[in-house]
Amino acid sequence: MPSNDSSALSADHYVADLEETPVRAVDAIDESEKPRSSWDDAWDSMRKRPTFWIAAVLIVLVVVVALFPQLFTSVSPTASDLPKSNGGPESGHLLGFTLQGTDVFSRIIWGTRASLTVGLLATVLVTIVGIIIGSLAGFYGGWLDAVVSRIGDIFFAIPTVLGAIVLMSILPTRTPLTVALVLSVFAWPQIARVMRGSVLSARASDYVTASAALGVSRFRILVRHVVPNAITPVIVVATVSLGTFIVAEATLSFLGIGLSPSTMSWGNDINAARTSLRVAPMPLFWPAAALSVTVLSFLLMGDVVRDALDPKARARR
Amino acid sequence: MTNTSTTPQPSAAASSGAPLLEIRDLKIGFKTQAGYVDAVRGVDITMRQGESLAIVGESGSGKSTTATSIIDLLPGTGTVTGGQILFDGKDLTKASAAEMQVIRGRDIGYVPQDPMSNLNPVWSIGFQVEEAIRANGVATGKAEVRQRAIEVLQEAGLADAGDRLKQFPHQFSGGMRQRVLIGIGLSSRPKLLIADEPTSALDVTVQRRILDHLETLTRDYGTSVLFITHDLGLAAERAEKLVVMYKGRVVESGPSQEILANPQHPYTQRLVAAAPSLASRRIQSTLAPASTHGVSVASAGSDDQELMARAHEREEAGRRDADYITVKDLSKVYRIRQQGFKTTELRAVDDVSFSIAKGTTMALVGESGSGKSTVAKLVLQLEPITSGTVQIGGQSIGALKGRDLFDFRRRVQPVFQDPYGSLDPMYSVGNTIAEPLVTHGVGDRASRQARVRELLDQVSLPASTVNRYPNELSGGQRQRIAVARALALKPDVIVLDEAVSALDVLVQGQILDLLTDLQTELGLTYLFITHDLAVVRLVADNVAVMQKGRIVESGTTDDIFASPRERYTQELLEAIPGANFAFGR
Repeated sequence: MPSNDSSALSADHYVADLEETPVRAVDAIDESEKPRSSWDDAWDSMRKRPTFWIAAVLIVLVVVVALFPQLFTSVSPTASDLPKSNGGPESGHLLGFTLQGTDVFSRIIWGTRASLTVGLLATVLVTIVGIIIGSLAGFYGGWLDAVVSRIGDIFFAIPTVLGAIVLMSILPTRTPLTVALVLSVFAWPQIARVMRGSVLSARASDYVTASAALGVSRFRILVRHVVPNAITPVIVVATVSLGTFIVAEATLSFLGIGLSPSTMSWGNDINAARTSLRVAPMPLFWPAAALSVTVLSFLLMGDVVRDALDPKARARR
Repeated sequence: MTNTSTTPQPSAAASSGAPLLEIRDLKIGFKTQAGYVDAVRGVDITMRQGESLAIVGESGSGKSTTATSIIDLLPGTGTVTGGQILFDGKDLTKASAAEMQVIRGRDIGYVPQDPMSNLNPVWSIGFQVEEAIRANGVATGKAEVRQRAIEVLQEAGLADAGDRLKQFPHQFSGGMRQRVLIGIGLSSRPKLLIADEPTSALDVTVQRRILDHLETLTRDYGTSVLFITHDLGLAAERAEKLVVMYKGRVVESGPSQEILANPQHPYTQRLVAAAPSLASRRIQSTLAPASTHGVSVASAGSDDQELMARAHEREEAGRRDADYITVKDLSKVYRIRQQGFKTTELRAVDDVSFSIAKGTTMALVGESGSGKSTVAKLVLQLEPITSGTVQIGGQSIGALKGRDLFDFRRRVQPVFQDPYGSLDPMYSVGNTIAEPLVTHGVGDRASRQARVRELLDQVSLPASTVNRYPNELSGGQRQRIAVARALALKPDVIVLDEAVSALDVLVQGQILDLLTDLQTELGLTYLFITHDLAVVRLVADNVAVMQKGRIVESGTTDDIFASPRERYTQELLEAIPGANFAFGR
């Protein structure tokens, strides 16, 4: 393919055809492209994942069920028909009956609200507390960091469920709010740790130095520059922990020290069905399945969110 | 200056025999979410035994992709989609993984770019060299392999190689690590050595020693060397033949000297014109009415007069604002915590004094660890001064607090090295540029928006850039945004900390032009921190050379470059690749 354009050049001096290799302006901006933030990019990459859509549909479904349970069942979850105790499915009672003769499907639908409330409340609490404590410790460092990190380590050493069992057993009231609070007490160090590490790396970046050189106050730098850039890993951890909080609530309820037995929740139902597990496994299986699917959908969502927000994938250099 | 550049000698083998490496119409694509993206589109390269060839191009031109495809180590989703790579008559694109494993290392050696990350930190140097020797079957048996490893390291220029075998990478400097990697690359006497930006992470003086050594070794062994580099000067100095790549294509190839003296393709012409060298002169602002643009070396006669006139002008101005920035006996001591409660002191900046006249550029030059960036931080008051004074416009800045410090920030602004790190990725361009205005409460919303558009115009970016985010912009564009942001508060002084070091040569030229224009237009004073002397020649009026925290030599740029007094300065100047090469322009 080598060819000579000019006789003045030596034999192996090759110059490409100009028509084929047009030279563009140095470093011109492509104005035709639509402006995009990194959140737009994240959305774009999530949108293309089937996993995202499966998880999203499931989560939306669970949320709608929690908000409007009456839309999904007309059967009362407390209407007891004792002759049908542990009875199999029949028309109008798709999943059969519990030990007390109530409709399994209806109880699952009405129990969604309690499970989801605990999960969401605990996640929101933990995230807020974790972000505040983690970012203060990471950004200001020094003795504040030392003290906060050690306190976090102490709580970190106590398994969340074990700590919650102890704390729940001495509490007089057992509402979704108290369960969420108790879980948050032992779960915040995880988010705080993630936030602290992420803030530490964001703090060292040039744009923070550049803002400091502008005269932006330390606190403002933390709020406006460091936290928004450090928050992605926390979002990922929070999405995943939502699922684990729902499990934790079910565990506590199963042990009889979670939500009060009068509150309808999956954990309570699993606990109630436990006694007759050998003769009638289905009343236990269905709430457990609902729990698994809900938790799985949040875990899947966490996975997709992490892939989309991964800083390595984000830069389009 | 003495001419020390080594002109490549075409070896005897170069002119005869079949080609050692022949790349024919090579096409490489990367699979992305949006489909296949072509990185290399039809590249032809021919190399003969014993020949040295350099592929030159800017980032994204496909030069590294081409090189890694030869040894079948394309990163990630890259695949060869067409063409042939003939090595010794054998098509490597069709070779099996097992065949490639034999060829790699034994017939084709590879020296990677970054010596800091390419040695495994958990294994000793000796282990890693021995591993390479064993893998390539150069020697067998424990003692023999050990003996060969010592030889390899000695050849690579590590004197006490025997003792160093037990050491770990962190105990080696960057230059020493690169020597180890070169040693590994050459350990089995390959026919071809691929050196991918082998010295771009090293200081110039180290770079020079390493390249000299590499040249001696490869000449002795008759090894062909394929350089990958973005540095035209380095390519011209170290390789007989040059291949210029642009957007995945070869735009020009041939003998180095001829291409640089007589570039044919417009892109090559651009590259050659933008390459800074010692032969170039300070960039003149296109806005200055009296000056001509692009002074050529050939018409030196008329230049001298002009230079005299300019010097005279500068002298006049100098008398007015001669010591706008005065740094006196400046020191910075860091306390480094040792084991237990002991601390040791590190004098990062040691008794540094200089002054900068208003509206001029002072360059602070030095290699890594010389303390130049610390001086920048002290002048910006991002770190407390240990001793000495810094005065800007008659005001001592060391003791500034609260409101005074806040006001001082308006007058002195920084532009940092890494264009990818200095802009908050979560902020749109408009918000980034407006931040200084908001912080200092300048104007209302509408007037701030107008100012942002005005600033974008000043740095030659379209107003529509306002809504974009940093991740959509190239390095050069980001650096323009950083400059616009620094200008927002109409400062008097801008501290440029390696502000163009991370940019491709053409983009670098653009930014330097922009800075010069802005200086003329706005009367800015620059403190220009850099390791690159060739860039200094283009922008600085005065230079101070730093070594180990001290200023070893300072003076006007013309004086320092014409007659450096200190040994260290001379070394620095001589080490610039292609320093004395006459670029055709």
